[in-house]
Amino acid sequence: MRSTSIMIVGVGGQGTLLTSRILGTVGISTGTDVKVSEVHGMSQRGGSVVTYVKMGDKVHSPIIEKGEADILLCFEELEALRWIDYAKKDASIIINTQRIDPMPVITGKAKYPENIVEKIKADYPNVVTVPALELAEACGSIKAVNVVMIGVLAKRTDIAEETWLDAIRKTVKPQFVDLNIEAFKKGYSL
Amino acid sequence: MGNEAIALGAIKAGVRVVCGYPGTPSTEVLETVAKNNDGSIYVEWSVNEKTAMEVAAGAAYSGARTMVTMKQVGLNVASDPLMSLAYIGVKGGMVLVVADDPGPLSSQTEQDTRHFAKFSNLPVLDPSTPEEAYAMIQAAFALSEKVGLPVILRPTTRVCHACASIDVDDNREEHIPSGFEKDSRWVIFPRLSYKKHIEIEKLQTVLAETFSESPFNRVSGKGSLGIAGSGIAWAYAQDVIRDLDLDVKTFKVGTPYPFPEKLAESFLEGLEAVLVLEELDPVIEEALLEIAGKNGLKVTISGKKDGTTPYAGEYSYELVRKAIAEFTGRSDPEVPETTIPPLPARPPVLCAGCPHRASFYAVKKAMKGRKAVFTGDIGCYTLGNAKPLNMVDTCLCMGASVSVAQGIKRVEPDTRLFAFIGDSTFFHTGIPGVINAVYNQTDIVLVVLDNSTTAMTGHQPHPGTGRTMMGSVSEKIDIAGLLKSIGVKWVRKINPFDQKAAISAVKEASEVKGVSAIIFEAPCIALIKKPEAFSVDSDKCRACGLCIREIGCPSMFLIDDGKVQIEPSTCYACGLCGSICPFGAIGGMNHEN
Repeated sequence: MRSTSIMIVGVGGQGTLLTSRILGTVGISTGTDVKVSEVHGMSQRGGSVVTYVKMGDKVHSPIIEKGEADILLCFEELEALRWIDYAKKDASIIINTQRIDPMPVITGKAKYPENIVEKIKADYPNVVTVPALELAEACGSIKAVNVVMIGVLAKRTDIAEETWLDAIRKTVKPQFVDLNIEAFKKGYSL
Repeated sequence: MGNEAIALGAIKAGVRVVCGYPGTPSTEVLETVAKNNDGSIYVEWSVNEKTAMEVAAGAAYSGARTMVTMKQVGLNVASDPLMSLAYIGVKGGMVLVVADDPGPLSSQTEQDTRHFAKFSNLPVLDPSTPEEAYAMIQAAFALSEKVGLPVILRPTTRVCHACASIDVDDNREEHIPSGFEKDSRWVIFPRLSYKKHIEIEKLQTVLAETFSESPFNRVSGKGSLGIAGSGIAWAYAQDVIRDLDLDVKTFKVGTPYPFPEKLAESFLEGLEAVLVLEELDPVIEEALLEIAGKNGLKVTISGKKDGTTPYAGEYSYELVRKAIAEFTGRSDPEVPETTIPPLPARPPVLCAGCPHRASFYAVKKAMKGRKAVFTGDIGCYTLGNAKPLNMVDTCLCMGASVSVAQGIKRVEPDTRLFAFIGDSTFFHTGIPGVINAVYNQTDIVLVVLDNSTTAMTGHQPHPGTGRTMMGSVSEKIDIAGLLKSIGVKWVRKINPFDQKAAISAVKEASEVKGVSAIIFEAPCIALIKKPEAFSVDSDKCRACGLCIREIGCPSMFLIDDGKVQIEPSTCYACGLCGSICPFGAIGGMNHEN
């Protein structure tokens, strides 16, 4: 089976761990070999976080190398730029158009780069931008940004929509299932 | 997740008692056992790793299969019972899951637990993947019971926090504990220790031979070049060997101690050169050098000791590929140069609304212009060292804030000493330090940052919360009452968001002779429902930037005219910014925009 390497990049607290959890569940239910590698602990406190997901091929290493990612799922613009080298030139790059200032920018020690999406588009043809925060808010919770992003990603795979929905039902807490399904559909319809 | 695989493997192996202390990357092992507990397993977060090891030892003396979980530095705390337990031994299988953290990604040190295994003469298993961790934990229980010694399973971050699909066998082994039998073998005495030492040393040779037959150690391939490795480095090596289509002899080491000497001899036979790939210390490399030396083999062994591979930091596929390519004379594909301009760093920060920020700020304000040193400890609040707060002058290990402060005070009597410690860390190893200060009459201000949880590792309960991993509720241990009972005369509980009261309490505490204690009580934001965010009245904001400069809240940002705005999606309405704004421009729900 063709293997797919997905990198999820964002800021600690944006829900990237749940994202990889859902991707893992999807992988298992489609009978695909999945490897996920996450980072927990200190860096989860508002730091730059990256999660690797490899699906399909029998691989030993759970880590994705530079220029290897088929999909770069970016929860924040600056983090998209920070990790862009890891994407293949023809990778699907999905960017949540949200800007979260890191502390050096907040305190005025550094400047947040301008026109990040344009810069990335100049080198990579397959860039999709998503106003995931607004979409999640419309569903009733800003915490659903991650599931909106999964919806956008799901549309770009050949895995059936129902498989994704199932994985969401299995992974999120029962009281949040409806909200997350709505968030997924918002992303999926983009 | 590798940690879940370890937990499920332990349940499969019939574990009865599980103890541990939270620590990245080990935490989810115990949590997963608790989540999948049918009621037949006793699970506890112990107050610290030493306690966990001793509770588990008692259970293992009584014939139960037991597991203890911790991170690598936790084993330092538990090393006292560990060393003696290696002499005393166990009856029920006892496995210590000690997670190492190359990088380090979330730790104080890059210490290598394989040394602890060697030091204490205990066998250690070193998995490369979650699948292997699942198999190894089960084998570890069987081995422990067979040889009557605790066995260490030492996964690393990339195994603990890697997820893979594994087939779980639901047929749980039944091991009924035989109960504690009174016997002099459980009482360590010098004469017994001498006798035991002889036995343990003999056992090492036996174990080394057993491990030469272990399925976790494999020699394959042929040729005059050999690659040996372990852990995640071995996983990378396998991918590289496949990608470069290499024909080499390989040696996968799953039991680094006691080293499988016979198998190693068969690996070294006929080789001209060996490359060793292992993260952290050169444990396998040294073992191979010793065997080559003992057998007078003419083989070059490279790794860390000749500078081929680094000691420090995490290994990557790229690093392993470069090393293997050079070793085998292949050309290594050039990594394309990055086109990314230098970007602003994104270091971890205290969350918006975190009560620690308010606590640090109150102490900072109160001590403005005074000579003061702020000793810190392990937890989220170590992040208080970052600018603009800049309130952590030292951080050493769990509980050290309290004692390091005393040492500084002894050398600098005219400096005010503040020791910051979280609630879970206070229970872990903070208390003896306070007793020491009271007993020796050292003037320090103890600042307990009580957010009602063990936040950094993912919100585990502790003695101050009263909740246990068995779902029961016990009496909460009252930090203020405890401090008073050990002789701290001046103790105040304050909500740090009441800055006025907090600042005045800090000033008062700093004048107290002997030990004074402030307990800043406010829950971690992860435990509360997010309230409506604060906002800035742009007519009142004078763009002075004081709030940005002073408190370093990640929810605040500057807009073009130099005025401040608040990101509503992350603001927890803690009100710290509002309380310091000189123009009353920041406020909550009913605040006019």
